[in-house]
Formats: sequence, structure tokens, C-alpha cells
Amino acid sequence: MAKVPVEFTLNGLETAEFVESGTTLLNALRDKIGDTSPKGGCHQGTCGACSVIIDGELRLSCLTLAETCGGADIKTTAGLAEGGVLHPLQRAFLDAFATQCGFCTPGMIMAAKVLLDRTPNPSREDVVEALSGNICRCTGYEPIIQAVLTAARANSQNAA
Amino acid sequence: MSLALQTFSTVKDANAALQAAGTRYLGGGTLVIRAANEGDVSVSSLVRVTDPGLSRIAVSGGKVQLGASVTMAAIARHPELVALAPAARAVGGPAIRNMATVGGNLFAPAPYGDFAVALLALDATVVTEDGELPIETFLAGRDVGRAIVTGVGFALPKAESFRFLKVSRVKPKGVSVLSIAALLELAADGTVSSARIALGCMADRPIRATPAEKALLGCKLTPREIAPALAAAGEGIAPITDPIASAWYRAEVLPVHLGRLLLG
Repeated sequence: MAKVPVEFTLNGLETAEFVESGTTLLNALRDKIGDTSPKGGCHQGTCGACSVIIDGELRLSCLTLAETCGGADIKTTAGLAEGGVLHPLQRAFLDAFATQCGFCTPGMIMAAKVLLDRTPNPSREDVVEALSGNICRCTGYEPIIQAVLTAARANSQNAA
Repeated sequence: MSLALQTFSTVKDANAALQAAGTRYLGGGTLVIRAANEGDVSVSSLVRVTDPGLSRIAVSGGKVQLGASVTMAAIARHPELVALAPAARAVGGPAIRNMATVGGNLFAPAPYGDFAVALLALDATVVTEDGELPIETFLAGRDVGRAIVTGVGFALPKAESFRFLKVSRVKPKGVSVLSIAALLELAADGTVSSARIALGCMADRPIRATPAEKALLGCKLTPREIAPALAAAGEGIAPITDPIASAWYRAEVLPVHLGRLLLG
């Protein structure tokens, strides 16, 4: 099978790679480009562990073909920290014990980031809805919800 | 196994390529990539169309045209499609709604395809290059049709005449136990003058609840007057059995939820 070139912006960096036709974005990111922050959970669109942000929208990288992402702006959890300083969402997840095994965390953080980018002061219901496509088998969700609400408060205090 | 993806700028060219064995249409990917990831070896090649017209939403003169590539998220946030927002939001979580399309939902096997249930209640028309089909005809033949769906059209319902309900065990997002959509017109005296009810998970694809529709005509929406319609709701159904619920359970709870939809 001929390889196809894919070019996109990943966490602000121009990225180009050759992939086999039909390669999912998840596999391209993890196996070819080396960004292992999106996780392969179900590969069925059910668990949300592979969630990434493509052109400002939350998407499932396991159901997206890499070659359909030409020219796209892709963001993953690996690109959130700046200069060794964690993003407020990452900090809040750590502080609130919202991470146990950690497998769902990058997807949760991407889903939460899209929410906070559009709704800086979300209600608890907004958070629950925003995370509704992401499954966590460790925490019982409550610490995650609290972490997102804490990060939102931290953001608004910084902005004030 | 790798999948060959062919990209076309027109539906016409993609339709020609789609005739090859093992070729499937790629919309949002939530059905066909899922199948490929699961090991469905019948999928060996994919075609997609980049025509931006497929993502267009047009609302004018009380008529709605949705391109086949319009996503559930685009419907849910469209200011003129408020009546349809509950059905669009019933599909998946936020990421799935950013990907899942109107066209794909028409092909989604139960327990998926909640938006198609709404389209069936709305008596939508399904558009392909071969022409237009009533949605019931389309759904009956969807397994053998090979023409790419380019869009759907329907009359925009008044918010108060269109009702939608999805029942799932996990809140706020879960797979359907069942879904119900109803388009009801009420006369001045409060009696039902027309009713169109569609059911999800009561067969392998959305079906009409025709006996219940007939039984509702002339009734006021009170517990006593709708009782015959609820009793008739199970006629002709063949619910699916899956890990979410058995066919028996789905049949048992259908009248309960139809009652709540009608009285709510």
C-alpha cells in the first residue's frame, strides 16, 4: 500500500509524516510522530481516551483518518504545558486527585479545555455534559468535575 | 490492514467509485472507521467527498434542507433548529456530535440512529443523485442502496408540535434503550388531529408506530384518552436485544415512555 503524506500543525509545530492510507490519527500521532498523550482505549468512539482538539473542536482521533487532517490545527494534552509549567487544568487534575491510573486523563483534559475555551465559567452541569463522552473507571468522576471547576476559577482569577 | 481512501470533489465521481466491491463511504467516520477498527474485513476501501455543499444547512419558508455532512453539533447549535436540538444532542458525547453526520445517522443500526428516528417522525425526504425518496422507503432499502445520500429535507416543525425522548441507563450520555419522536397537531379543542410517531430500537432501524398514531386521533392528551394508543404501541414491533436491554424489556417499557412523552 502506497504511503500518503500528511501535514498538519501539532501543538503549534508544523508536522509532516508519511503514513499508510487508512491510518487513524491516533496511530499516526502515537506510532509515527511520537505524541503518546492520546490513548487508544476502545477504538470504537465510546471511551474518549483518544480525544484531541482539531481546529478548535473536540474529536476522536481513533475514528479520524490522519490523511483527512491535512492543514488542520491539532492540539493534544502533550502540548499544554508551557516552559515546564503545567496548564491550569493539568495542575487542577493533580491537586484534586482527578487522576488515578491516568489513562482517561489526556482525553478528559482535552474535553475540559474545549469547554473552558468557550465557557470560562461553566456550571457543574456544563462540566458533566462536556465530559459525557469520556469514561473513567477509577475516580467516580467527582474529583474530575471538581478539578475542571477549580481550573475555571483559577483561570478567571488570573484574568481578573 | 490498510484502508485505501479516495477523495473526490463531487458526489457524482464518488458514486462511481463507490460501486467497487469492499468500498464504503466515509462521512464522519463514527460508523465506518469504527467497523474497520473492530476488524470488519468487508471494508477495504473508502471514498469521501469534499463538496462544501454537503455541510450546508438551509432554512427558509418553513422548509429545512440539511446536507448529509451536517454534524449533530451543527444542528444542536443552529438557532433556527431549536426544535431538533434535543434529537441532535441525543447522539453520542460532544466529540461524537462534532463528527457524526445526518447522512451517517440514516444508516446507523439500532441501538444507534436516534436522529433518524426524529427524521422519520418529521416525514423527511432523503436526497441522492438518483432523486428523492420518502424516508420510510429509504430506510427499508438502506442495506442495498449504493447511492450516496446528499441530504435530507423536511418541514420545520413548530417547537410545541415536535417531541423527542431518548431513554438510556447512563446520564447524560448513554446508548438508547429506546427513542421516540412524535409530531403531533392538536385541534382547537385540544384533541389530536394528526400524529406521526417514530420509534428507535423497536426494530433494527427506526419504525413508525402506526397503530398508536391511529389510536391517538381525536384523543385529548390525558392519561385516560391516550391509554388505547399506549396499548397499541407494541403492535408490529420487534425490539432488538443487546447488552443495554432485552427485547422483552424494551417492549415492556415502550408504553411507559410513550405515555410520558405524550403527557409531558
